[in-house]
Amino acid sequence: MLKLTGIGKRFGGLTALQGISFNVTKGSITGIIGPNGAGKTTLFNIATGIYPPSEGAVLLDGKDISTLPSERRARLGLVRTFQNIELFGKMTVLENVMVGLHTQSKSGIFSCAFRMPWQMSEERRIREKAKEWLAFVGIPELEEVEAGTLSFGKGRLLEIARAMALEPKLLLMDEPAAGLNSSETAELAQLIKRIRDLGVTVALVEHDMDLVMDICDAIVVLNLGTMLAEGTPREIQDNQAVITAYLGEEV
Amino acid sequence: MKSDHIKFLVFALLVLLAPLPLAGGYLTNVLIFVGINGMLALGLNLLLGYAGQISLGQAAFFGLGAYGSGVLTTLYAMNPWLAMLLVAVCVSIFAFAIGFPVLRLKGHYLAMATLGVGIIVHIAFNETIELTGGPSGLSGIPNLTIGGFSFDSDLKNYYLVWGFALVAILLCLNLVNSRVGRGLRAIHDSEVAARVMGVNARLMKVQVFTLSAFISAIAGSLYCHVMTFISPSSFGFHFSVELLTMVVIGGLGSVYGSFLGAILLTLLPEMLRTFEDYDIIVYGLLLVSMTIYMPGGLVGLPALFRRLLPARGSQHA
Repeated sequence: MLKLTGIGKRFGGLTALQGISFNVTKGSITGIIGPNGAGKTTLFNIATGIYPPSEGAVLLDGKDISTLPSERRARLGLVRTFQNIELFGKMTVLENVMVGLHTQSKSGIFSCAFRMPWQMSEERRIREKAKEWLAFVGIPELEEVEAGTLSFGKGRLLEIARAMALEPKLLLMDEPAAGLNSSETAELAQLIKRIRDLGVTVALVEHDMDLVMDICDAIVVLNLGTMLAEGTPREIQDNQAVITAYLGEEV
Repeated sequence: MKSDHIKFLVFALLVLLAPLPLAGGYLTNVLIFVGINGMLALGLNLLLGYAGQISLGQAAFFGLGAYGSGVLTTLYAMNPWLAMLLVAVCVSIFAFAIGFPVLRLKGHYLAMATLGVGIIVHIAFNETIELTGGPSGLSGIPNLTIGGFSFDSDLKNYYLVWGFALVAILLCLNLVNSRVGRGLRAIHDSEVAARVMGVNARLMKVQVFTLSAFISAIAGSLYCHVMTFISPSSFGFHFSVELLTMVVIGGLGSVYGSFLGAILLTLLPEMLRTFEDYDIIVYGLLLVSMTIYMPGGLVGLPALFRRLLPARGSQHA
């Protein structure tokens, strides 16, 4: 589904990523882990076109998307959530999800300004669909609330609903459990599995090891901008290099 | 939805009745300019209040509309309505073309670039003397007519201008409560997130910039036919800043706020006449205190009162 080949990223003299190559298999949940500063978020930013890689290529379904802007990648089915939640704070919860339906609607300035009949029916359709996605993540009662006033946990759910509204092929989640308490994290695990069951491939960056080991089919470990290991959760848990990177070497 | 319609009808009714007690006097004339300024502020508000992109060059599009119509109807004797449409389309194309490079910039740089556009256009009005008459202005612009009916009095022009203004309000209300409006507000709140959601931010910004230029050009054409005389001084940097003030004072991201701001800033200088030479000081003080104490603008007033009043109540209890 998503294939990264030889991804490298330099910021000035700093090498943030080097020689990252792995596949995210269709239908799987892939976890990307690593200590702070390993380059996980940088990798997501490259995958979603926030900035270009210095070297290497990003392939989605075999198509090289390395130079496409974010909005084009979104239309191809590559969508993400953000570590620090990037909601549209002054808009309502429902409107946030309706922005997620932007790619599935096409009314332009003229048909919107003149309220053409097809624009009105399109508006009704995406409103209904947005409500369905709010129900999917379990916050249907919040639709009229201003998104900026939501708690962190609810905001996270809204961000997932908004991303799912695009009906992505591949959903990248940047630390979805960050800032959540344990019961919220447990609900999140269920939600991510339900997303996978809808046929959406998921890749997530996460620090919560219990969550990663619980839901992921495959794990990629980064350390200091390079690939450290790749494998099933069991393989990773037994990998000596990974243990060393996380716990330090024995003296 | 329903309450939006009622609001619009009430506003339209007020517009319809407002000139009746004035009996075509001087204030009717002032209200014409409220309508024109309101349209201009509305155009800028779409850009600044919704999409979050500043423009300090709105007076340029207004001026291009006014001079375009003025020159075509005097020197070339073109039908004024045709000229208005032609000029608005040409100004829109101009805005669309400069929009792509200019709107790549953000914040202060965008302000500088649009300021530059405004200044260049203003210089052009002054220097192309064969066409515009230069600093001494362009006179003898005909009033608009429909069939044999001529818009030759303040009252007639009032209804002409406000007819256009009401149409602009209605269309913009539709627009901001639609897919396009949501896209614009999304760009305003978080451009990165909007783009990741598939919103083509770059194109949308240029589109709304073009739309604001279109509205400004129409307002300019109306202005030249109402005034029958125009000179470059009406379309300078000063006026761009005044429009910006109207939008901020009226309420960013509010269609009606644009008009409230236009009403206040157009009427205020008239009402402050009683202060004679000190009017500019009172004017300045009012604007400064309103920006400090009413960050939501005039449209934010009801909400501000609601917030303040219960707080006082609980102190007494």
